[in-house]
Amino acid sequence: MKNITFIIFGTLFGIVLTKSEVISWFRIQHMFQFKEWHMYLIIGSAVVVGIVAMQIIQRAKLKSLNGEELHYGGKPFHKGFIIGGIIFGIGWAITGACPGPIFAQIGAGELPAIITLFGALIGAYLHSALREKLPH
Amino acid sequence: MNAFFDSWNWYIAGPIIGLFVPAMLIISNKMLGLSSAFEHICMLVVPKEKQSIFKFNFDENGWKLYFMIGIALGGFIAAHYLSSSPVHYLPEEYHHFPGYIKLFVGGILVGFGTRYANGCTSGHSIFGLSILQSSSLKATISFFVGGLLYTFLASF
Repeated sequence: MKNITFIIFGTLFGIVLTKSEVISWFRIQHMFQFKEWHMYLIIGSAVVVGIVAMQIIQRAKLKSLNGEELHYGGKPFHKGFIIGGIIFGIGWAITGACPGPIFAQIGAGELPAIITLFGALIGAYLHSALREKLPH
Repeated sequence: MNAFFDSWNWYIAGPIIGLFVPAMLIISNKMLGLSSAFEHICMLVVPKEKQSIFKFNFDENGWKLYFMIGIALGGFIAAHYLSSSPVHYLPEEYHHFPGYIKLFVGGILVGFGTRYANGCTSGHSIFGLSILQSSSLKATISFFVGGLLYTFLASF
């Protein structure tokens, strides 16, 4: 039952990503070439709304619907945030997709994105296999 | 009504995306973030004795796979029922052979990079920045350093 909630959340998220063309390789190119502000404005306004909402949640000490304390945060910095971040940025520029949009592209009928997904799974596997050897 | 079936403006899409941060927290007590779903899928296909290398936390991240299935559904609905004319999301070159290799290599970088950075655009750039997490700001800046550098160099 809980999982249906997440499928519904995901469906709404996928519709917004697709309709605003966040999943478009062309939009990602234009972002990195500074040709249009579309992507920056989307990310920027999303963050502003997120910050305001979180401030309200923190000040009102809200709990989750089932009465639990909200838990969030807890991503301590390590070198991978920089190195991995740069590696991901390159992949984002090449494929025009970050993780969520890969699935939206496939759903929207851009079937070559299945190759992107296959690559991403191998990449995630490589990270797990090499984790101990990577600088942190 | 036409605007609904065209590409949505940033001031519609951005705030809705931002609202997923409080909505997911309040309704499900989950932090928005998606890239660990890759590990979940890996775990479903590798043999049992190898699964421990993923250090995947089911309680915290098991929902993401369902969210991803929803995203694909959403992409399908948006493209088939909410668009007045077909939209191309990938360039022509990615629809045949040499382009496939670029997608594959780029995909590896996306999967490796997001997991090494412990998050992607949703987990760091949307959620992490919304809770003013400094490590997420460093990750987000790194995403753009990588993307801008590659795009700049690829233009020669």
